[in-house]
Amino acid sequence: MAVEAVGSAPRTPKVAPWNDPVIRGWVFQFVVVGLVGLLAWYLVSNTIDNLQRQKIASGFHYLDREAGFEIGDTMIEYSPASTYARALFVGLLNTLKVSVLGVIMATILGTLLGVGRLSNNWLLARICEWYVEAFRNVPLLLWLFLFYKLISEAFPGPRQALSGFWGSVFLSNRGVYFPVPLTDPIFKWVGVAFLVGIAGAFFLHRWARKRQDETGQPFPSISAGFGVALGLPIIVWLLGGAPHHMSWPQLKGFNFEGGSVIQPEFIALLLGLVLYTSAFIAEIVRSGILALHKGQSEAAAALGLSRGQAMRLVLLPQALRVIVPPMTSQYLNITKNSSLAIAIGYPDLVASINVTINQTGQAIENILIIMAAYLSVSLSISAFMNWYNKRIALRER
Amino acid sequence: MTDMPVGERKQLAPPVDDSGPLGWARRHLFSSWGNGITTVVLVVSIAWILSGFLEWALFTANFTATTGAECRGSGACWALIREKYRLIFFGTFPYDQQWRPLFAVVAMLAMLIMTSDRRMWRPWRLLVIWSIGSFVTFLLMFGQLHIPLSLFLAVALIVGLVGMSFRKGIGSPLEINVYRALAAIGLVGLVLRWLGVLPAWKLAIAPFSFVETGLWGGIPVTMILATYGLVFAFPYGILLALGRRSNLPLIKGLCVGFIELIRGVPLISLLIMASVMLPLFLPTGVTFDKFLRAQVAVILFAGAYIAEIIRGGLQSLPKGQFEAADAMGLNYVQKTSLIILPQALRVVIPPLINTFIGFFKDTSLVLIIGIFDFLNTANQALVDPAWAGYPGEVYLFAAFVYFIFCYSMSRYSKHLEVELNKGTRR
Amino acid sequence: MAATARDLSNVPSVITLRGVNKWFGQFHVLSDINLDVKEGEKIVVCGPSGSGKSTLIRCINRLEEHQAGDLVVHGVPLTNDVKNIEMIRREVGMVFQSFNLFPHLTILDNLTLAPIWVKKMPKKEAEEIAMTLLKRVRIPEQALKYPGQLSGGQQQRVAIARALCMRPKIMLFDEPTSALDPEMVKEVLDVMVELAREGMTMLVVTHEMGFARAVADRVIFMDRGEIVEQNEPEEFFANPRNERTKLFLGQILRHQ
Repeated sequence: MAVEAVGSAPRTPKVAPWNDPVIRGWVFQFVVVGLVGLLAWYLVSNTIDNLQRQKIASGFHYLDREAGFEIGDTMIEYSPASTYARALFVGLLNTLKVSVLGVIMATILGTLLGVGRLSNNWLLARICEWYVEAFRNVPLLLWLFLFYKLISEAFPGPRQALSGFWGSVFLSNRGVYFPVPLTDPIFKWVGVAFLVGIAGAFFLHRWARKRQDETGQPFPSISAGFGVALGLPIIVWLLGGAPHHMSWPQLKGFNFEGGSVIQPEFIALLLGLVLYTSAFIAEIVRSGILALHKGQSEAAAALGLSRGQAMRLVLLPQALRVIVPPMTSQYLNITKNSSLAIAIGYPDLVASINVTINQTGQAIENILIIMAAYLSVSLSISAFMNWYNKRIALRER
Repeated sequence: MTDMPVGERKQLAPPVDDSGPLGWARRHLFSSWGNGITTVVLVVSIAWILSGFLEWALFTANFTATTGAECRGSGACWALIREKYRLIFFGTFPYDQQWRPLFAVVAMLAMLIMTSDRRMWRPWRLLVIWSIGSFVTFLLMFGQLHIPLSLFLAVALIVGLVGMSFRKGIGSPLEINVYRALAAIGLVGLVLRWLGVLPAWKLAIAPFSFVETGLWGGIPVTMILATYGLVFAFPYGILLALGRRSNLPLIKGLCVGFIELIRGVPLISLLIMASVMLPLFLPTGVTFDKFLRAQVAVILFAGAYIAEIIRGGLQSLPKGQFEAADAMGLNYVQKTSLIILPQALRVVIPPLINTFIGFFKDTSLVLIIGIFDFLNTANQALVDPAWAGYPGEVYLFAAFVYFIFCYSMSRYSKHLEVELNKGTRR
Repeated sequence: MAATARDLSNVPSVITLRGVNKWFGQFHVLSDINLDVKEGEKIVVCGPSGSGKSTLIRCINRLEEHQAGDLVVHGVPLTNDVKNIEMIRREVGMVFQSFNLFPHLTILDNLTLAPIWVKKMPKKEAEEIAMTLLKRVRIPEQALKYPGQLSGGQQQRVAIARALCMRPKIMLFDEPTSALDPEMVKEVLDVMVELAREGMTMLVVTHEMGFARAVADRVIFMDRGEIVEQNEPEEFFANPRNERTKLFLGQILRHQ
């Protein structure tokens, strides 16, 4: 073998371009992207053709036109004379309303069920288990139909409505009617006081922490925090003269007037979402707790920590690691499943979009709106989860 | 230190009799005051609810009424189910031919059950089971099959290409040449067919009367959508997962974007998209069978979720597996199909089965676009004015059927998890 | 080096067991245990698996409940009374076979958790004590790392320091070196030997007979729930009196 001169760089043998993996890779990519592009071009050109032929408009101008349809349940002012944009916004608010309530209630119920399944009481554990199996193995849509039909057909009419709470709350097949306080300027301040109270609870917690670090004395910052967050609004309300004039639901003719109503569609949708998703959350919580190593609670006990302290400082932080990722994907599911509202007539975003497509014929723009709305929710939830995972990841060697 | 007398000590029995049913009840139901109270409260509530339910569902139920009016006033109207069970199970399929969807369901169940037997987990066996089973299923449902020449040519092309890359370096030259020939015939044939040189010949198999997809309904529809949704979503999900993990940035970007897009939107919106937008995407005059549209939507949807599960399985493989395969000189196709995928798939089988259960339930959404799956046909049973007003009976019955399917699948999945873990160290 | 037999007859007992029995279902896991542990005494408990030795020491800090007999620690009787249990757990420290460090907290936080929340100590004071103990087990530089980043031997030494942060009068060790790779056993045993020399009352379940010979005042052999034999280490290893003891020693001493 020839001895190479010292200092000269080794020469890499030349590779034929068609064998070079880098070049191959790029060629492959370009071919695939090219095929996809061809397909896209084919679809787009057909679409443009069809749209022109059927004289369907393009662009988002329709959003400023009058909507012309009623929406049964609105959180903000809306009438058929409002714009499409407003109609879609009402739908979006309804979707958010159902999703947020659903998430909160399903988490509470699911956690109770998950813990209940691990209970010492055999009967409680079995009941929770049967609940979970029953709800997990039947489609959500079926539950929605069942609840909706039961409420609207099996419940009595307004004239024979069931009443509770000394005649202030009425249950009929038109929904649940309950009294609401009449608007009074003080309620704005009550709302402000609530927010201030929450901020105050936060700072109280910080101060208590610092105090404990320095003196070792613990402080019941959680109960105190609740007290501040709830007490402050109540104080403001009292100071404002404690206005308690309510709007009461009264039976007038065929239905109730006054007060506020929760409609059967909403009840059925929320009930179905909560009961169904809580079964899945129960399983997530259960496996989170089971994933805890038994030695952790033993070590905490051996050190003299009380059960409450052990739960708060040692067990719960570790269980949450296992629980939070699948839990957030269940939250995402609730948001997506709320779209089933269209099947029982609750006016959520998909339902509004559907009517809009039928009336304007502009399918593409509307579909884009749906996708943008749901994608922003799911991407933010994913981003949150990634951030959370990175933050709490157990550091290993 | 002295010894203690040992071995002479008698084995004392536990102080409290913890054995037997009384002991069991003491430990599991009444171990503390809180526990005892909970047990009592639960027993009382359950007894109350259960007695009310049984009263309605069994003791005062009507099994024999012939019209809705007769059923009113008593408990559950199971007679409605007796009247309409054929409608609920098979939809508007021609009444006298309903043995066909029945056997189609049997065929699909047979395919699924055979696939669940681990002895069948070899590519060729699965291929045979599914080809024959699918052929039988669709022959029964459609009644007549006209298989176009292009399909045969496409199959030849695919077999040829797969065989070529699979057996490269392993198979004999004769074998590789056979694959090359097949691929060539397939490719040339398809091109000629597209150019119109070869005629549009169809192989006709027509033993029964033709029933179009619009008349299909009930359990067969649910099973076909779920089963074939998953069967076709599976390879496409694998491709997506592999693409997402690839080093080539364009491929990876495409796959990530596609997966996140599909997973971020509800299935309902995809179904609406499929039914509303597909006609726009195709040249005027070309229509897509509505059933096929729903099936395609389910496949696209399922594939993205399957891709994520498989990706999890691929990520769990130790890097050494990939390295060993490379060191052996295998190309990408061989490495992936012989070494990586079998291991990854084994890991993800339980979550895949859970996904199947999920999609079995999700097929109920196709009622939004007017396909008559099982839930929709159950709905239809309520529409008849002569039998109006019994939603509880119909929906409970439908829930029961769904429950049987899904619960068995989940039990199988748990059993499989135990089986598969027997070989691994826990 | 063998410890010379100490005369402990005038030293008070810190742990007393009288007629302690325990059953797991029908299985009689602790059978009529009578034991006196003197202050400053170091006892090694050995025996085959299933003999009840782990259960015995776990009963002492109520990680297991005994069903018959009396158990008194430092004059406090061990019953279902939660106050008694808390008092006892403050005096007794435990080191586990699987370390059981809290993986989501730093080493320093692992050590200061109990002093802050149980003894209501100010954070600074707790951290000073923790650092002193980390220096004693010779890993002060790991204070801000997480358990997952340490080796097995380091984790177990941290576990010992964590138990010592509560200033216990008695230390229980449940097979502290059984889960360690051989090269890390010595570093943990060294810490335990130092602890013994400083006068701590120790009850150690282990198979490390070299440790027994070096510091133990007594070696107890348990089999099938009974205390079969106990003696000073020299006598115990040289002249086992019971057949079962001889059998057991024959099995384990082969590898020592």
